[in-house]
Amino acid sequence: MSASPLSTTPAEGLSSAHFATHLSRSAALPAWWLDAKKAAWNQFTALPLPSRTDETWRFSDLKGLDLTGFGLPEAAPQATPKHAAFPQSAELVFANGQATRGPVPADLAGRGVIFAPLEEALREHGDLVRSYFQKHPANLGSEKFVALNTALTATGAFLYVPADVEVALPFVVQHTLTGQNVAAFPHTLVVLGPRAKATLVEFFVSGGAASERQLVSGVNDLHAAEGAQLTYVGAQHWSRQTLAFQVNSIAAGRDARVLSLNLHLGGRQARHESHSRLLGPGAHSEMLALTVADGDREFDQRTLQTHVAPHTTSNLLYKNALLDTAKTIFSGLIIVEPDAQKTDAYQKNRNLMLSDEAEAHSLPGLEIQANDVKCSHGSTSARIDAEQEFYLQARGIAPAAARRLLVTAFFEEVLNKLENEDVHAALTALIASRFQA
Amino acid sequence: MPSLEIRDLFVALAATPDKPIVKGLNLTIRTGEVHAIMGPNGTGKSTLSKAISGHPDYVITSGDVILDGKSILEMEPDERARAGLFLAFQYPSEIPGVSIANFLRAAVQARLAEGEELDATAYYKRLYSKMDMLKIDRKFTSRSVNEGFSGGEKKRCEILQMAMLEPTFALMDETDSGLDIDALRIVAEGVEAMRGDKLGVLLITHYQRLLDYIVPDFVHVMYDGRIVKSGDKTLALELEAKGYDWVKQELAAATA
Ligand SMILES: Nc1ncnc2c1ncn2[C@@H]1O[C@H](COP(=O)(O)OP(=O)(O)O)[C@@H](O)[C@H]1O
Ligand SMILES: [Mg+2]
Repeated sequence: MSASPLSTTPAEGLSSAHFATHLSRSAALPAWWLDAKKAAWNQFTALPLPSRTDETWRFSDLKGLDLTGFGLPEAAPQATPKHAAFPQSAELVFANGQATRGPVPADLAGRGVIFAPLEEALREHGDLVRSYFQKHPANLGSEKFVALNTALTATGAFLYVPADVEVALPFVVQHTLTGQNVAAFPHTLVVLGPRAKATLVEFFVSGGAASERQLVSGVNDLHAAEGAQLTYVGAQHWSRQTLAFQVNSIAAGRDARVLSLNLHLGGRQARHESHSRLLGPGAHSEMLALTVADGDREFDQRTLQTHVAPHTTSNLLYKNALLDTAKTIFSGLIIVEPDAQKTDAYQKNRNLMLSDEAEAHSLPGLEIQANDVKCSHGSTSARIDAEQEFYLQARGIAPAAARRLLVTAFFEEVLNKLENEDVHAALTALIASRFQA
Repeated sequence: MPSLEIRDLFVALAATPDKPIVKGLNLTIRTGEVHAIMGPNGTGKSTLSKAISGHPDYVITSGDVILDGKSILEMEPDERARAGLFLAFQYPSEIPGVSIANFLRAAVQARLAEGEELDATAYYKRLYSKMDMLKIDRKFTSRSVNEGFSGGEKKRCEILQMAMLEPTFALMDETDSGLDIDALRIVAEGVEAMRGDKLGVLLITHYQRLLDYIVPDFVHVMYDGRIVKSGDKTLALELEAKGYDWVKQELAAATA
């Protein structure tokens, strides 16, 4: 399978011809949506690629941001979900954008729960989608790629859980991308009404050879209204040659609790941005990320915790395991706005160095405009030395298993924050699969 | 009967391969036997045990180590361990974050056939019984390997690992150092309990004290990278009485 053979401009790869084709396929969708897409396409073409002088791209490999040659994928054969063999509420599988969906149980549907492919939601619940789509964009440097997502997105899930509905079992989405030089633009939109509770787990995987070159620009908007409890898990295991952007935005209302965990295993260069806004008193955002950086991959993570309302809390813990000559960048900022008294905000980046040649950059930051707050940030790097490795080997544990043991132990603190044991186990298994000798 | 043969072994630091530390050492250990190597500090005892285990800091510049008739020099450290070698470290490493239970589980799992799953219930039962024998609190299973352990706890943890992994040959490097008399007794009892015709032991020590509790079949004196004297357990007592200077003088007289 390969990219559709449309002409490409040398600078961008994805051309206005691609966009025109995409737009004609979307013709049946609401006019506001098509207008938003046109505006986004214009923004994408107008915005320059990140440059050396962009503070938000400090330490990133800018040469790696090469968009040439990519095209939209042709439909792929149905993908079989392979990572979510656990009890779930409902499942959506996208294979090169082609959706296959399991039914939403009648009792949930009866209470107003919507779990549908984005395009279906646009047709059937257009106004609902419109009032939340990119309502609180994260602006942490990837505006160009977010615009590209809006312009070309046709896939992704819309999850809506109305007020007072608590859903115990997770909703599951799997995106599979197959083909050389193909691009995908998944967009996830989650809206939890007041006091609603739900978990969404997304798996992003490449379906073909590990060497397939792919481009992904994904966005998700997570909205938790007053007293809502949202758990979002995004696990990516893209091919070794994928250039991936993932931009999360989290909006937490009064007394809402949002836990987001992003697991990064794949990609050649993977950029992840996450912005939490604590909008109502008592709101809490738990921002978690786990990364296995091996080979010569680059994982580039930028975060922002914005405390808008008083008595809000946020807790960020990003853990990177670095091997070989991999590179990670963590740049995090906490902003406490003038009204946000009694804020508790924490930010920690912890790196486990399993190689002397790996590189971990950490750029923590604080910007406090209120006077009665508790904030802390920090980064640590722990090194596994040759003696420790020899000790494990001397007990008969092979090098790959030893690394898996060390990395799993390091990640456990984060995985333990997941309430759902099945999801915890699925992520552990996915991580372990990265260490097969 | 399985044997571990050390043949005319020369070992140097990988960084300085032309400066041997172990200089032509010969020793054969059979299962069922306990050999003690005694020698002053700096004579190459730890170097010998680490080189046999495959530590990357050391190179074997000549000679051979034969386990059950096969050279192990081309094997990786983990392969050597799975082939039946065990090194009880003089200075065990701390592995933060990895619990003893998970660590030992990975080590036991590594010895199973491809695809074979560990029986977790049986594993814990065995683990707890060995811990009881060594008077190690069961709470230790969830503690990180050696992290914050006292000297005595580290050494007992080494013996626990040995008990769980059931090696054919154990190289025990100064397992007695840093132990008070009670801890020494517990460790010695643990080793004695494993003693039998399925296990060969090389006890490295520079005190005779341990040998009161684990009585060796053979005693070797190591000096300047080689074995200069061998005998039975009485040699250890003689050495204790006369000191290492006695060996040095004998050696000087012999080479004069
Ligand atoms: N990793 C090492 N780095 C530097 N020197 C070493 C190392 N290992 C051993 N040596 C040197 O080799 C000699 C023998 O050391 P060692 O084997 O530890 O002796 P023993 O265990 O008998 O006390 C000493 O001079 C010691 O300094
Ligand atoms: Mg020593």
